[in-house]
Amino acid sequence: MAYTGVTPSARSRGMVREARHLLFTVAPGATWIVIFLVLPSAYLMAVAFMSNGPYGLPEMPLSLESFRRLAGFGFLGWSPGNLYTLLRSLWQTVVSTGLVVVIAYPIAYYISTCRARWRPIMLLLVVVPSWTNQVIRTFGWMNLLAPATPLSELAEALGLINANMGLYPSNFAVTLGLVYNFLPFMVLPLYAAFEKLDAAQVEAAQDLFASPVRAFRHAVFPQTLPGLLAGIVLVAIPAFGMYVIPELLGGGKGMMLGNLVANQFAGGANWPLGAAGAILMLIATFIGLFAMRRIGKRLGGGEEVVI
Amino acid sequence: MSDTITAADIESRAEGSTASPEQGDSARQASSIEMQGLHKRFGRDTVALDGVDLTIEPGEFFTLLGPSGCGKTTLLRILAGLEEADDGRLAIGGKDITEVPPHKRSVNTVFQSYALFPHLSVRENLAFGLKMRGLPPEEREARVAKIAEFIKLGDLVDRPVDQLSGGQRQRIALARALVNEPDVLLLDEPLSALDAGLRSQLQVELLRVQKRLGMTFVFVTHDQQEAMVMSDRIAVLNGGVIQQVGPPREVYEHPVNAFVARFMGHDNLYPVTARHGARLTTPLGELTAEGAGEGGLLLIRPETLDLLPGEVAGDNHLPAVVSERLYRGSHAEYRLEIGSSTLQATLNNRGRHLPEVGERVTVSVAPEDLVTLSE
Repeated sequence: MAYTGVTPSARSRGMVREARHLLFTVAPGATWIVIFLVLPSAYLMAVAFMSNGPYGLPEMPLSLESFRRLAGFGFLGWSPGNLYTLLRSLWQTVVSTGLVVVIAYPIAYYISTCRARWRPIMLLLVVVPSWTNQVIRTFGWMNLLAPATPLSELAEALGLINANMGLYPSNFAVTLGLVYNFLPFMVLPLYAAFEKLDAAQVEAAQDLFASPVRAFRHAVFPQTLPGLLAGIVLVAIPAFGMYVIPELLGGGKGMMLGNLVANQFAGGANWPLGAAGAILMLIATFIGLFAMRRIGKRLGGGEEVVI
Repeated sequence: MSDTITAADIESRAEGSTASPEQGDSARQASSIEMQGLHKRFGRDTVALDGVDLTIEPGEFFTLLGPSGCGKTTLLRILAGLEEADDGRLAIGGKDITEVPPHKRSVNTVFQSYALFPHLSVRENLAFGLKMRGLPPEEREARVAKIAEFIKLGDLVDRPVDQLSGGQRQRIALARALVNEPDVLLLDEPLSALDAGLRSQLQVELLRVQKRLGMTFVFVTHDQQEAMVMSDRIAVLNGGVIQQVGPPREVYEHPVNAFVARFMGHDNLYPVTARHGARLTTPLGELTAEGAGEGGLLLIRPETLDLLPGEVAGDNHLPAVVSERLYRGSHAEYRLEIGSSTLQATLNNRGRHLPEVGERVTVSVAPEDLVTLSE
């Protein structure tokens, strides 16, 4: 019995050592996540189900009033304003992400075909603008799109806008701002995907009777799909919650969900409503990610695409 | 190889013009290739092809041989349509295809890197060309199954591409091209990534496949041994110009110039300093050559030499000293010093005395084995 008694104690010593090891490696990260993600999220959830106090701060008792307000029911009956804001956010996200994809694909492909020593420089050129503060860049677009500027006058001459209206503020300006802002986040993952692709495979596809379009569809696209999905996540989620660009370029009719939420927290308006708006954004984002996983799986020929 | 599948079985499924099902193995109507005045430049200074005129016969195993940068791969890519010639015409089976894009040519390529699609299974890789041509799924499956049996792929077709070895990839790449039954199969150094043993095994396999299908193969390599083993005819390229075209034996035994001779592995080249009829004066001494041509360079092939022990007087006998001997079992290679010149000799070891290093010997060569060529 003495012999068998040794083993469990040795094993438990090993387990203790392993547990201590785990504690040291995992604890700092776990603590960080609990303090800065779990607790604030729980607080936000709680706030969303509280009542709005006289100064916009949350109060007891618990209520669903903020969700009712978010759905558009106010003191004067139902109004579609918030619904429009949600739809506008979705629309802006889909359109700008789509445009970013269309613009980024050729750029990423082109860079991947350049000589190896030029590629880092070209990638740098793609990234450098995002090193400037986002607010400053957006102000730049305000100046470029304002009334009586060359771009606005060109649009006027083409009959796209009314006289002296300018391209800004408008939903178009917001789309433009989003596309400009998020382009690098799509180019980089797509470039990474293209770089892994053997150029001979495109030739092999053409050699095997695929027209250039079908070579892209059957040989290139499936292999860049992981990069594309990563890019969509990097672009669509922040675009959906974007605050600065619609605030500066959108004007009164360009508001997105991010502005709705921010307005409820700023100026002491209505914290519970703001929290409810944030939860709505979170739910919409999860639905979007889930849908993308499904689509990615189908396009990728049943292969799991990890996002 | 199994004899249950014949080239005719494969051929009988071909659509279009190349052959009718009732024709047998030997009756396959393979396609010829005609090239006229092909020129290709990259940038301003790099001339890849400088006027290539070449006719490849139907059903030929034809090899483009040359050092890297000689234009052989460019020529192959022009045949595939992946590169466009700056000037010149190209016809396959009598039809001009100079302007035809790659996906509309009945030509398939085995790429050097194999270029298998990693996102597709082996089966989908094999069916890719058939799918792009719009064949129905049942037909595709039948043809993939047939080619898998013909190339003896066995259970490889059900494996993911990333679990294949180099030799397996090579065979899948070959099958992926052959399944389309092209008029011409192009092979861009398909064996260069494999180790020596596998390489010679696949050389034999490739040669058998070509003979059984009777298809025109255009093969690119920089390895003259490989070229000689495989080819019906070889074209030696240098600097974008064809130096010589001919069967392996002709190119090896009668190279037209010093470049071809050196590229085919010859080292025994000596300037002819004076000539009186059939008597040539060379740094080795005086030699009699019969029908050796008018070139200023004498080529002595190492396997035409004989070594006699001691000093033996006679015509075309040269006194020499053995300075190196490499024993290779069936034969031995010798390095011989004659005056200040060196000479390589390769001798069969059957029942002979093997001269030692330092031994004095007499080199003997027959007048009809000597060849001269231009510089």
